[in-house]
Amino acid sequence: MASDTARPPWRGPFLLTLPALAVLLLAMAVPLAVIVLRSFTDPEPGIGNYVWFFDTKVNLTVLARTFKISFWVTLCCVVVAYPYAFAMSVAGPRLRLLLILCVLVPFWVSGVVRTLAWVILLQDSGVINKGLVWLGFDKVKLIRTQLGVTIGMTQVLLPFMIMPLYAVMRGIDLRLLQAARSLGAHPVKTFFQIYLPLSLPGVFAGATIVFILALGFYITPLLLGGPQSTMLSTLIQQQVLSLLNWGRGGAMGVVLLLATFGFLAAASPFMRQKYRISGGSR
Amino acid sequence: MKLHLPRLLLGLTCLLIAIWLVAPTLVVVPMSFAGKKSLAFPPSGFSLQWYENFFTNPQWFGSLVVSAKVALMVAVAATVIGTMAAIGIERMQSRAGGLIRAVLITPMIVPGVVLAVGIYAVYLDTQLVGTWTGYVLAHTLLAIPFVVIAVGANLAVFDARLEVAAASLGASRLATFFTITLPLILPGILSGALFAFVTSFDEVIVSLFITSPQLKTLPVQIFSSMTRDADPTVAAVGSLIFMATSLIIGLGLIFGTRRRGA
Repeated sequence: MASDTARPPWRGPFLLTLPALAVLLLAMAVPLAVIVLRSFTDPEPGIGNYVWFFDTKVNLTVLARTFKISFWVTLCCVVVAYPYAFAMSVAGPRLRLLLILCVLVPFWVSGVVRTLAWVILLQDSGVINKGLVWLGFDKVKLIRTQLGVTIGMTQVLLPFMIMPLYAVMRGIDLRLLQAARSLGAHPVKTFFQIYLPLSLPGVFAGATIVFILALGFYITPLLLGGPQSTMLSTLIQQQVLSLLNWGRGGAMGVVLLLATFGFLAAASPFMRQKYRISGGSR
Repeated sequence: MKLHLPRLLLGLTCLLIAIWLVAPTLVVVPMSFAGKKSLAFPPSGFSLQWYENFFTNPQWFGSLVVSAKVALMVAVAATVIGTMAAIGIERMQSRAGGLIRAVLITPMIVPGVVLAVGIYAVYLDTQLVGTWTGYVLAHTLLAIPFVVIAVGANLAVFDARLEVAAASLGASRLATFFTITLPLILPGILSGALFAFVTSFDEVIVSLFITSPQLKTLPVQIFSSMTRDADPTVAAVGSLIFMATSLIIGLGLIFGTRRRGA
């Protein structure tokens, strides 16, 4: 059947993808090549910019912080998304639609406006702090802290965790759990030995996407964060726009790019498992 | 009883998560009616001045017009280019198709600021900063992955034997495409176009770098307003976008269920 559709030679379909590849070349490949080039040539040829990057304490602190915040955001997303996606996968059609709608509503307002909402909620005289005081707790400094950035980023990235998790959980045959229970397994044991391993591909897929997106986050840390929560993207923007130092900014960009794709490459064997399982269950 | 407690806990947890997901979106609505120029919540007083400001201030309304035009052009360009690519990939079985698909999706993964700095560097050299071409090209790049994914998902369930049948009955390749393939993958194309529009309309990082005072998109205007002062006009814009999207999705749901019912 597949060979019937392959009537046109291989070149025909390839031609169809050419315009898209041309846009990619012009608007992505060339710009990224320019960045790499400048990181090695501006202001003078050599690896000076990279030596500077790894010799400057601030840079290493920010790099470590970028990983740390991304890690916490990913962890929070997994913990929050797991029960939610599970509920989505077992709910009736109406409740499921409602739950999906709640995931999608944040996309209905512009991303910048959503961050504005978090600025309003997290500020020192904001709703959260007023609520804490009303409940008899002390105020917590949220805005311009890493905690605030983590809260905001987790909410923005949560849908990217819920959706892949839900996709995998929907395919899990719940009769397996019944079978385990009927054979006398304790619910907790059933969960850890049957359900959790089957849902892991979704966790890996979602966590990878969230972590990668978090590494490159720019707007949320910039608006919710302060000097103590600067992430790598902000540093790159400062080097290029404020200091006009293309070489150093470029080197930072290459580091961020390598971190992103390095992590993706390291995680891809775990993600591939997802296709094996979903392919097998079909 | 033993079964009900976990279910209750799960329900409560999900309710809290749902509130946490939705609440920040809804906070902007009351803010937009604030009486004073402040972003304190809950707002004091009531006025429509921020909506008035949005529609009468050329800074605000002009940027909305720019964003809408750019997003429309991007939706058309990305949908045509992305649909072609998705069809090409589907027909190239084997590894080549998968490889090209992976390459076409990379703009979603490349960190925004790195891409923005690179595009800014190239645009400075080619005088594309603050131009229509500049915006449309950069946003089309970012929108293509969404179209490729949406149309690709539709093509995966499309029965290619229909094309063979049409061809065997003497239809030309073009006629087959427009009468058989296109109507069947139209849902994928339409959702791809919608994603492309939204991607461009919402894009802020690259736009912040390639913007100019003469040609500014709405997210850039929102961002600069937010970093400058506490202007509730931002909340008015957010509420308007929220209402517009709700209307479109609501109509889509009604239309969709009615069609399914018929």
